[in-house]
Amino acid sequence: MSAINLIRIALRALQRNKLRAFLTMLGIIIGVAAVIAMVAIGEGSKESIQSQLSAMGSNMITILPASNVSGGVRIEGASFQSLTIVDVKAIQKGAEHVAAVSPVSATKGQAIYGALNWPTSLQGVAPSYFEIRKLDIADGVSFTDADVGMAAKVCVLGKTVIDNLFPSGESPVGKVIRLNSIPLQVIGTLVPKGQSSFGQDQDDIILTPYTTVQKRILATIYFQSIYASAVSEGTSVQATDEIIDILRETHRLRATDENNFQVRTMEELIKTLSSTSSLLTVLLTAIAGISLVIGGIGIMNIMYVSVTERTREIGLRMSIGARGIDILLQFLVEAIIISVTGGIIGVILGITAAKVITLALGWPTIVSESSIVLSFMVCALTGVFFGYYPAQAASRLDPIEALRYE
Amino acid sequence: MNNKILELQQIRREFVMGTEIVRALKGVSFDVHAGEFVTIMGSSGSGKTTLLNLLGCLDKPTSGEYLLDGVNVSHLSRNELARLRNRKIGFVFQAYNLLPRTSALENVELPLFYNPALSASERKEKAVKALAAVKLADRLDHTPSQLSGGQQQRVAIARALVNQPVMILADEATGNLDTRTSYEIMSLMQDLNKDGKTIVFVTHEPDIAAFSSRTVMLRDGKVVKDTVNENVRSAKEALEALPPADDY
Repeated sequence: MSAINLIRIALRALQRNKLRAFLTMLGIIIGVAAVIAMVAIGEGSKESIQSQLSAMGSNMITILPASNVSGGVRIEGASFQSLTIVDVKAIQKGAEHVAAVSPVSATKGQAIYGALNWPTSLQGVAPSYFEIRKLDIADGVSFTDADVGMAAKVCVLGKTVIDNLFPSGESPVGKVIRLNSIPLQVIGTLVPKGQSSFGQDQDDIILTPYTTVQKRILATIYFQSIYASAVSEGTSVQATDEIIDILRETHRLRATDENNFQVRTMEELIKTLSSTSSLLTVLLTAIAGISLVIGGIGIMNIMYVSVTERTREIGLRMSIGARGIDILLQFLVEAIIISVTGGIIGVILGITAAKVITLALGWPTIVSESSIVLSFMVCALTGVFFGYYPAQAASRLDPIEALRYE
Repeated sequence: MNNKILELQQIRREFVMGTEIVRALKGVSFDVHAGEFVTIMGSSGSGKTTLLNLLGCLDKPTSGEYLLDGVNVSHLSRNELARLRNRKIGFVFQAYNLLPRTSALENVELPLFYNPALSASERKEKAVKALAAVKLADRLDHTPSQLSGGQQQRVAIARALVNQPVMILADEATGNLDTRTSYEIMSLMQDLNKDGKTIVFVTHEPDIAAFSSRTVMLRDGKVVKDTVNENVRSAKEALEALPPADDY
């Protein structure tokens, strides 16, 4: 019997019992929809946790000069001068897994505006620093590479500085403040970040181009540190390795030499993150499995009932020329049509449910393609697996008995 | 009329029931030629049903040879028997056995679905033709529940005809019908027989047997009488002879 005939026969048989076919499908529909919606919620929250963690800078890499031994005395790392713009450029060019890199040249000083003054730290950075540290501009603009090139006398203020220099609430943008007698024009303000996890006030800061600090204040070519961000949390390790290789090259270190710098990542954070997300995946997979097995048992149950109820039909079909295999395939195709149709409806329903959840509850959801493909394939297989035994039972009926069945 | 459609030689059929062996058929032999209208008669327990199952290729004899249209059925596999039923036999049952909630047309098309050589349009064409042959051309889309018993049996006959079988095998085909409708069905059978169809009709009603050209009588698993009916009664005339249906 041709495949088209087979499908047509199965479809007609299902049409005769639309309600029952639909109710059977319902198990699969709910199973698949639940899987897709749940995975979407899981993925969504994973993604939002991840973005929160990266807002904290989980993909951030810090490069510091290493403490070094000079004449038997261990000198403090920060005072050791080894990081220059050459290193920054080399990392920028050579490291594939690094998204952004910025040098930091910091100093402390007294910021003055009018009659008010405030002791704060001045960080000379590149524009990419904003991206690495996830700093956002609240008002005004950030400085550009052109400002860096000119060692422009511009700055961006943190909230604590603004509160102390502009207590009346006026906008600091456009005003000129002085720092260590150097006038700096305020071109932007930062969105407050609050305390860091170490209790440090992250808003007590003034950012300027690093060239401004290097040339106009410190008169040095060295940096205190370099900040970089890996392309993602997952690539931090590769990015770190790349940076080490590049810096050893630019610092012309021999194979036997120790690194004269250190590279640090947020390894702990990354580990926690990956173990949480894999636990979530395992849980959801288990739920997916259970709900689809229940749907499959529903199919099996109904197919057995259907075989019993249609014993005479089976007898008739056999008497007019259906072979055992024809009957087996008919019932198998019916089961597969039920499960696949249920799967398709379930996928649509699951995607809709995810969207509704986002709209109604504001939970982030991400419908992943792999969850759709996986649950759809599992439910098609469920149809074959749970449909086979009833179909086989039907095909083995004796036509004489089946015809006389009451 | 030398063309033998059925050849039965010393057919035996035994069933094992627990420790006992039940001999349902004890050596049945007869031939049926093309164009004959044979009724097989017998009381219950005579082996009628067993013989019908064998003739219909639903069962195989324990011993003996059964040739259907020249094919020896005794040695065929289950699948080969199914194919044979599909191509050479048209079944008509006592209880019609139509698929519920399925139109007359689709019911008649059913055997053709198991013949992969046919296209959908050929299938429909043949089914419409078969329904026209049983005078139901205007009931194509009616489901069994919308048809009377006689009409349902005519749909079943159309289903039996649609594959152009060498033999129509009817099992108490008038058993569920009243006298008038029975005569109508027999009249249809006689018409089909006149057009050259070979018909084997199993019944226990002597009344019905009178319409056939030959009667094979079974008793206790053996053929006890095989008579040619010289005086075939016309079902059409019998129908006209019936008192007109009373209109209340």
